[in-house]
Amino acid sequence: MPHSVSPGSAQNDDEMPDAPPVETSTETNVRLEDMFNDDDDDDEEFPASGDVKMESPSKEEPPAPTPSGVDPDIMLAFYQRLFPFRYLFQWLNHGIVPTKDFGNREFALTLQNDAYLRYQSYPTADLFRKDILKMNPSRFEIGPVYSTNPRDRKTLRGGQMKPVSKELVFDIDLTDYDDIRTCCVKANICAKCWAFVTMSIKVIDTALREDFGFEHILWVYSGRRGAHAWVCDPRARNLPDERRRAIAGYLEIVRGGSQSGKKVNIKRPLHPHIVRSLELLKHDFARTTLGDQDTFESAEQAERLLSLLPDKTLNESLRRKWDSSPDRASTSKWADIDSLAKTGKSSTLNPATLRDAKQDIVLEYTYPRLDAEVSKKMIHLLKSPFVIHPGTGRICVPIDPRNAENFDPLSVPTVMSLLAEIDEYDAKHPAGTAEADIPDVEGSAMNGSDIKGGRKVQDYEKTSLKPYIDFFRSFIAALIKEERAGKRERDDNGPAVKADPMEF
Amino acid sequence: MIRQDAHRIDPKRRAVIDPKKRQFATPTYKQQDYAHRLNIYEIPPTAEITLEQFEQWAIDRLKILAEIEACSYRNKSPAETESYITPLLQKFLPLSSNTSSPSGAADPRLKNERQKDHYSHFILRLAFSATEDLRRRFARAETMLFKFRFQKDDTREKRAFIDSLNLDWEPVGDFEKTEIAKNLLSSTPGLRGLEDETWYKVDWEKVPELVERRSIFLKKGKAYVPGREQLSMIVAEFTARLERALELTSRALPRLDEDDRLTPILNHLSKNFGSAESVYSEGEGYVDGSPITASSIDQLAQQHFPLCMKSLHVNLRKNNHLKHFGRLQYTLFLKGIGLSLEECILFWRQSFKGKTDDEFNSQYKYNIRHAYGEVGGDVNRRGKGYTPYSCQKILGDSNPGIGQTHGCPYRHYSVDNLVGFLQATGVSDKEVLRGVREDVGKMRYHIACNRVFEATHKNEIKKVKEDGSWSQTDLDTIVHPNTYFKRSYLLKQMSKAPKDA
Ligand code: SF4
Ligand SMILES: [Zn+2]
Repeated sequence: MPHSVSPGSAQNDDEMPDAPPVETSTETNVRLEDMFNDDDDDDEEFPASGDVKMESPSKEEPPAPTPSGVDPDIMLAFYQRLFPFRYLFQWLNHGIVPTKDFGNREFALTLQNDAYLRYQSYPTADLFRKDILKMNPSRFEIGPVYSTNPRDRKTLRGGQMKPVSKELVFDIDLTDYDDIRTCCVKANICAKCWAFVTMSIKVIDTALREDFGFEHILWVYSGRRGAHAWVCDPRARNLPDERRRAIAGYLEIVRGGSQSGKKVNIKRPLHPHIVRSLELLKHDFARTTLGDQDTFESAEQAERLLSLLPDKTLNESLRRKWDSSPDRASTSKWADIDSLAKTGKSSTLNPATLRDAKQDIVLEYTYPRLDAEVSKKMIHLLKSPFVIHPGTGRICVPIDPRNAENFDPLSVPTVMSLLAEIDEYDAKHPAGTAEADIPDVEGSAMNGSDIKGGRKVQDYEKTSLKPYIDFFRSFIAALIKEERAGKRERDDNGPAVKADPMEF
Repeated sequence: MIRQDAHRIDPKRRAVIDPKKRQFATPTYKQQDYAHRLNIYEIPPTAEITLEQFEQWAIDRLKILAEIEACSYRNKSPAETESYITPLLQKFLPLSSNTSSPSGAADPRLKNERQKDHYSHFILRLAFSATEDLRRRFARAETMLFKFRFQKDDTREKRAFIDSLNLDWEPVGDFEKTEIAKNLLSSTPGLRGLEDETWYKVDWEKVPELVERRSIFLKKGKAYVPGREQLSMIVAEFTARLERALELTSRALPRLDEDDRLTPILNHLSKNFGSAESVYSEGEGYVDGSPITASSIDQLAQQHFPLCMKSLHVNLRKNNHLKHFGRLQYTLFLKGIGLSLEECILFWRQSFKGKTDDEFNSQYKYNIRHAYGEVGGDVNRRGKGYTPYSCQKILGDSNPGIGQTHGCPYRHYSVDNLVGFLQATGVSDKEVLRGVREDVGKMRYHIACNRVFEATHKNEIKKVKEDGSWSQTDLDTIVHPNTYFKRSYLLKQMSKAPKDA
């Protein structure tokens, strides 16, 4: 959960100086608080729900194995030579000339000592880059665009600073699949369970495009065991929270924790979104759930499968059959359901009910499991694309949803491999590079991947990061094109709107 | 001057009823004819009403909204809410359909109901536009009320009302309808056939409820809404327009000076919106069997009142007058200690020596009666008018301006004036005064107040502790002036009681 803050680091939040002076006498302290909590008419005391201060530090799994796999010097070299600051700027700025879309955007930095700095913001790409190089954060997150510059929030009265827009985001994390993946647990992943993320990307991406009409959806590998989606269409960015909640509700089908029994309860007839999702997922169910994961092989999981089937008599004959051949594979067990049902031994069995139950099972075992809370609130922070996952050293690269099947998280470049690739390239092409072949941290500051220079080969182009950055660039180009078209249209319609980017 | 049933509108008041009009150059003076029972409140009222109506109507509506909110807080089902709200609506805010009268919308009864509904909505908009939280709660409660009424509306009238709104809904053509028939059928629960339904294409954002429940077909950002789901759309439209309007109102809200009779009404309307959590519990300040009359106040003030009330009392005696907020703070306190309305009016009448009866009756009496809940119907659920202010409320109020005497002396007096005043009331112990200075320096005003209470009741407290008649919980920190009074009074009674009773 990259959007979260560990409780410990929240102590370092620069929010603290705002806190009221500490009471020295403990006894009166308690009284004072009691007294001021029973307010009956003062609304100013309590920030509105949209207020950023209301966000409590969310839960985090135990901190990643420390010390983090990535050395601060390596991190710095990555920011200096490879991180695409300019493109990240253009992505969030929706254009080349700096606007409030970028300037009032909150960044939250996690520093090497785990301090967590919220409400950072930058007027330009260069200042953004400078500060990141100076702070050398182990990662940073992106929050909403605020009505004012987030850095000014202390000089403003409560409630003055409001979130006004943010990409609609989605978070898929394989830990939510622990009860149905047999290959790995916790933070580990392999190609077999990554398939769940691939399915999720397909289903969510399709629904967002076909049903909601969104077009600019950026999928990003979270660096370890999940993926994020950033829906960047202007219409999505401006959604108020309750509309975000509506989308999250629309997409959410699997509900409930490990103890909640049947997790899919949907009405019939099936909604077109579900019909389409089932169509997308039925092969995955056969290949992944029944095949790779062989989910129902264990007696325990087989029993769970039976608990999701509607007919007692059928269940008994299935149980008898499976008990007599303990190692029976999931594919066979799944086929047994229909074949035993067809023999017609059960007089109570309703074919339609059985079909519905089987559909529900397919969904329960394959339909995307979203962390819906992340999507519902504009103020949620989400880890930036292209930062390094501090645990794995892998880069949070974009995933092309049209080609999601071919994305292999385990071959995503790590920061170490990328820096090695630069060295390798420079060794092979000494003529093309003026700078030293040792990655001299100070000296190579001007060699960042997105610094405009002559036609010098930029560092990222020397590495396997190139296709990902190229993908990101074309994504941004399409987004900015639409943004311009939208602006022109608005200007044509309303003469009074003065949204001239040249003002800045 | 207030004339209770003046038919003349005073200019200030009109500005309040319609801030938009003052703000913007194009007022709509059109007299509303209220052709429809329902109202989406786009056009502010312009006709004149009396102050009594202004208040009574607002309070009646407030009652309804508070009850609606309470129902939703208590998770009542729609059916429960309906059976609970219906009689209340009938009593406080009836709204009849055109079919209920042979003369339809022309019936004066219907017109009056609709006018009251219209005006009360706009008055409350003013009262609730000040803070974001209030705006949100108001919009929510109003939306629920609207939805409730819409659902009960006569089908034909409903249709006419919708047609009058000019909404931006694009009908789905026959060709497209056939093309996506299967999808429409499977995404729209309870639908039998497509033929008899008119379908509309709207931006999905207009029907978030349907989207969230997955009860609507979506295609490329458009929701395909069957005619019968209009409720959802109308409700969303209603909320969206109201939220926008509230934003505007909050910006246009004119500054009202303290002599304006509307200020306290508006303030109290918003403050009494579901203030169930009030610290003050009923009976807090009453002392059983003790005759408290206008003539006993002088003595009680000296013996038992907390400093904030002593200060008001002293000022009242000195100037024969108190400004509005001081009057309000003091009146509520007096109500809290059990002074009856009659006695309270008498008390103020006698205190305002320089005023004639006419002046008193026209300028002050109304507000006193109002504080007691005698006029304006039952403001809060207890039906007893406003709640006496707690220390927190008094301490938190904005600093009293020049010539104003309300507030808490520990907080609003300079330290030297505070100490001087304390000495004048008989607190002279150096140790106590030093403690007070220290408390005040640390902004622990109510602690200073408690310190003074303990010092001035030292012997009594010792006694009740020793004979075990009071436990520590009876002596917890005082956070309400009425608690201060009651405790002080009771302690004195105890010590007077014969020792071997
Ligand atoms: S602390 Fe409370 S009771 Fe004491 S003077 Fe202030 S407001 Fe009155
Ligand atoms: Zn795995």
